[in-house]
Amino acid sequence: MAKEIERAGIPVSQITSLPNIAAMANSNRIVQAHGIIHPVGDAAMAPEEERELRRSLVRKALEALQTDVEGPRLFK
Amino acid sequence: MLKPLRVVQYVNQFFGQLGGEEKAFVEPHVKEGPVGLGLATQKELGDGGQVVATVICGDNYVGEHLEEAIDIMIELMRPYKPDLVIAGPAFNAGRYGMAAGALCQAVQERLGIPAVTGMYNENPGVGLYREKVYIIETGSTSKNLPEIIHRMAKLGIKLVNKERVGKPREEGYFSHGFLVNELSDKKAPERAVDMLLAQFRGEPIEPELKLATFDQVKPAPAVKKLNEANIALVTDGGLVPQGNPDKLEWMAATKYVTIDISERDHLKGGEFYANHTGYDTSEVNDDPMRLVPLDVLRELEARGVVRKLNPTLYSTTGVATTIEYSQKIGSALAERLKADGVDAVILTST
Repeated sequence: MAKEIERAGIPVSQITSLPNIAAMANSNRIVQAHGIIHPVGDAAMAPEEERELRRSLVRKALEALQTDVEGPRLFK
Repeated sequence: MLKPLRVVQYVNQFFGQLGGEEKAFVEPHVKEGPVGLGLATQKELGDGGQVVATVICGDNYVGEHLEEAIDIMIELMRPYKPDLVIAGPAFNAGRYGMAAGALCQAVQERLGIPAVTGMYNENPGVGLYREKVYIIETGSTSKNLPEIIHRMAKLGIKLVNKERVGKPREEGYFSHGFLVNELSDKKAPERAVDMLLAQFRGEPIEPELKLATFDQVKPAPAVKKLNEANIALVTDGGLVPQGNPDKLEWMAATKYVTIDISERDHLKGGEFYANHTGYDTSEVNDDPMRLVPLDVLRELEARGVVRKLNPTLYSTTGVATTIEYSQKIGSALAERLKADGVDAVILTST
């Protein structure tokens, strides 16, 4: 799906817990998510801590969107 | 001795010896016996068969009137009561290949007899018809024609006689994409180790399963100015409003759904839930922003880090979705995102 959107010229940052699969399918801008059941959150965290986690993942995704890439790349 | 096979040959204007592109508008017609390339087929068949007729049609005619041309050719063939139709080979000629593939399919379906064609692997007819008809692989030009005709005729005769057809590699046709069960005298672990050792020795191996392949897409250029960008949120985690009004599938999705977030800066549990069989959705159901980071994007929008958050959130279910549907959903979504004027996407995946 990410690829079809990129084919249309729109960059996609994919936040996923399975970056290897995303890379195998040739998704280009990949950010490691926090976990499969909660890509950008965690019920075990305090609300403010959880929000900070989400901020940092979104920041990473935006950084990826501002980066030119040659092929699948994981942004850590 | 079996009675000789009755074969009808289909050729374009060139292989029917009418001429080149200037004859490409010639309408379908039939000539008794072998003509042009049909003579090569007759030579291959020898006493075992007879090219009873040759159907000729110009490539432009068939290109512009495919269905009509196929209808006419089928009716031209019918009176000759063929046992087998040989179409082409079309090599790398696109119009000819499309016509040969369509004709073979129509012959199978409407005349109830086998048909065989031949094409180069980049002929568009291969992609369209390889799963439906037998297409012998050829080079891009008519080099090795006798060998190609030999393979087409040999496979055709097997099909007529309902003999077992060998593997694509053995017979030289494009795989139909089927898996055929076979008994092996070696157990799976032995075969796996044999294959591994062969790879160490640098020998060719033939995997028993074809692995899925993914095409590559040139990465879209980076966003130059984030503060001028419209960012869209997309998820494959199956987020839907309570009641799932657009009936998003909970697995093997065939579509995406839209969620209007223009009036929202939070997503609350109870108003939305994850309709997805592929993960434990309880945490997302309690707080959907563990899947879709709406609150953070609204913060960034308010601070001017991004110009705008797209008013529509797009959601689908990424579990047991076929590659084909993922592509369809993706390209439909891409159109929609373009129409929205979206500059970049954040996709969250479970």
